[in-house]
Amino acid sequence: MLGPDRNGHFGQYGGRFVPETLMPCLFELEEAYNKVRRDKGFHQELDAILKDYVGRPTPLYEAKRLGEKLGGIRVFLKREDLTHTGAHKINNTIGQVLLAKRMGKTRIIAETGAGQHGVATATATALLGLECIVYMGKKDTVRQAMNVFRMELTGAKVVPVESGTQTLKDAINEAIRDWVTNVENTYYVIGSVVGPHPYPRIVRDFQSIIGKETKRQIKAACGRLPDCILACVGGGSNAMGMFYPFLKDQDVRLVGVEAAGHGVDSDHHSATLTAGSPGVLHGTMSYLLQDRWGQIKGAHSVAPGLDYPGVGPEHSALKDEGRVQYVAVDDSEALEAFKLLSEIEGIIPALESAHAVAQLLKMEKEFKQGDVVVINLSGRGDKDVETVSKILKG
Amino acid sequence: MKGNRITKAFEMCRERGEAAFIPFVTAGDPDLDTTYDIVLTMAENGADIIELGIPFSDPLADGPTIQAASQRALQAGVNPDEILDVVELIRKESQCPIVLMGYYNPVLKYGLSAFAERVSEAGADGTIIPDLPLEEAGEWQRVARENGIANIFLVAPNTPQKRVEKISKRSKGFLYYVSVTGITGARKELPEELTQGLERVRSVSPVPVAVGFGISSPEQVHMLKGHADGIIVGSAIVKIIEANAQAKKGLLKEVGAFVKEMKEATTLPSLSSH
Repeated sequence: MLGPDRNGHFGQYGGRFVPETLMPCLFELEEAYNKVRRDKGFHQELDAILKDYVGRPTPLYEAKRLGEKLGGIRVFLKREDLTHTGAHKINNTIGQVLLAKRMGKTRIIAETGAGQHGVATATATALLGLECIVYMGKKDTVRQAMNVFRMELTGAKVVPVESGTQTLKDAINEAIRDWVTNVENTYYVIGSVVGPHPYPRIVRDFQSIIGKETKRQIKAACGRLPDCILACVGGGSNAMGMFYPFLKDQDVRLVGVEAAGHGVDSDHHSATLTAGSPGVLHGTMSYLLQDRWGQIKGAHSVAPGLDYPGVGPEHSALKDEGRVQYVAVDDSEALEAFKLLSEIEGIIPALESAHAVAQLLKMEKEFKQGDVVVINLSGRGDKDVETVSKILKG
Repeated sequence: MKGNRITKAFEMCRERGEAAFIPFVTAGDPDLDTTYDIVLTMAENGADIIELGIPFSDPLADGPTIQAASQRALQAGVNPDEILDVVELIRKESQCPIVLMGYYNPVLKYGLSAFAERVSEAGADGTIIPDLPLEEAGEWQRVARENGIANIFLVAPNTPQKRVEKISKRSKGFLYYVSVTGITGARKELPEELTQGLERVRSVSPVPVAVGFGISSPEQVHMLKGHADGIIVGSAIVKIIEANAQAKKGLLKEVGAFVKEMKEATTLPSLSSH
């Protein structure tokens, strides 16, 4: 299934579950996006920025020492950690802020959890000269103080959100409220393949460059497609961008890795697809973490970027279809992988991306010598070293 | 069909030359016993229809006042079953129409059919689901209709006229006009384009049009007289409840007095009749 349909559905998921005030904005956005999608000038401008400013294409690097350790499989890392600002998030924000500019919007708003999307949005607005307001849960502003400073340095205003759980989901609520109030001049840059139609599609399209490049690069390196691709899934944008160009290649096994936090049987995890159930949150129908009354539960992961109780609707559809396998890796497994990749490859991965690496370690026995595996290394771990050092030192 | 109670309320108001006054309260804020008393107090003091909020953890169409009320109610542990039990108790005392206002996920999680049956059984008359626009509402509308529940849609100032026509045709009981583009919350002034907006919507709507979001004073109600069939007031009442949560007697007295004053404003002669 390749969606979405006219009303933004991926099978039974997706759609537009928003206040009526936002419906005209979503229609306007859809129309504008459909226009630029076919606009050569837009793509030329976007491609030039991605090349010279973001640093694309990012390398596909063969992690030989890791491969040897895993019995001679060939492990390739898609180095999204080497983009400007250090994570895949920038692929999407540059695209959306360019789109906003085309639409004549002057004010950009965004939500952020760990701060990576906020930093990427603030960077794009600095580059393209637009006002930027970023909503961030108060707790996250404390946990991620360095990213708050980065956003402020690049000219954004960071608004701490004190309602609810004071984390990402509440920041999204607040950003949507701002949008409802200021729809005329404001563009809301959503950071993942979540939210109402057409966002899941727009973000997927802008992130698909990851998978497109990978396909070309792996063919050049191995003369064939990989046997398996692994990517971590919070909202799911890096995974969606990586998987999408491979969906029709049925021989390529696709594995999405969620955060099991303290364990999927505990109340402290973010394994939405693994342990959640379908529902509606933030404008879209998808798997959710919810209680028996449909109230949204808090999510947990040591990786702040995976800490979200929802997930992209297209992932929900891909799960039900069985095209992508979704699994979960807990905090300690992710930390082990974080250390291992740092030690034997000299690459400190983001804790989010470390979940994908951890899953490969768990799957070692399923591969034989010469098998080709790609991991989407969605971000670099500089932002996490303080957290990790605190945990390791007890 | 119970939706008729809503229709009848509007008809009676029209005959008397009044606008329907529709106060809102979040169920379970501060607790359900108090909600029971508040609803009956509102009905006794002239409320024509009562909007009862089912709290949700992530109420993205509401402002800080109602969001805080939802959080208080959820902290007190209320759930839709208990709320509908209270509705059933209220029904034994009052025939004032009750419209449930809640987000889609709790309804979905309950099960659309099961929820509609329980709502009907409890004696509530309608639903307002702010995050369920026309395109996604088909299934709920069908189930609601089968159970005699009026599903009320919302339109906003930025809703194109063609869409207003489409939505108003499918809205049962009444149509909810969101007065200020944006979120709920008490405001001191109503936007100038409001009366024009209301005219635009009323000119095509086959059902009565009630206006809400941001109305907090009798003066505003009086101003709206003649421009709307119904007037919805939420945040202003929730604020009274918030301020008096520790003293239930005073709370009921204040809510009663406020509702009475607001309702009386709907009976005054219109300020203008152009």
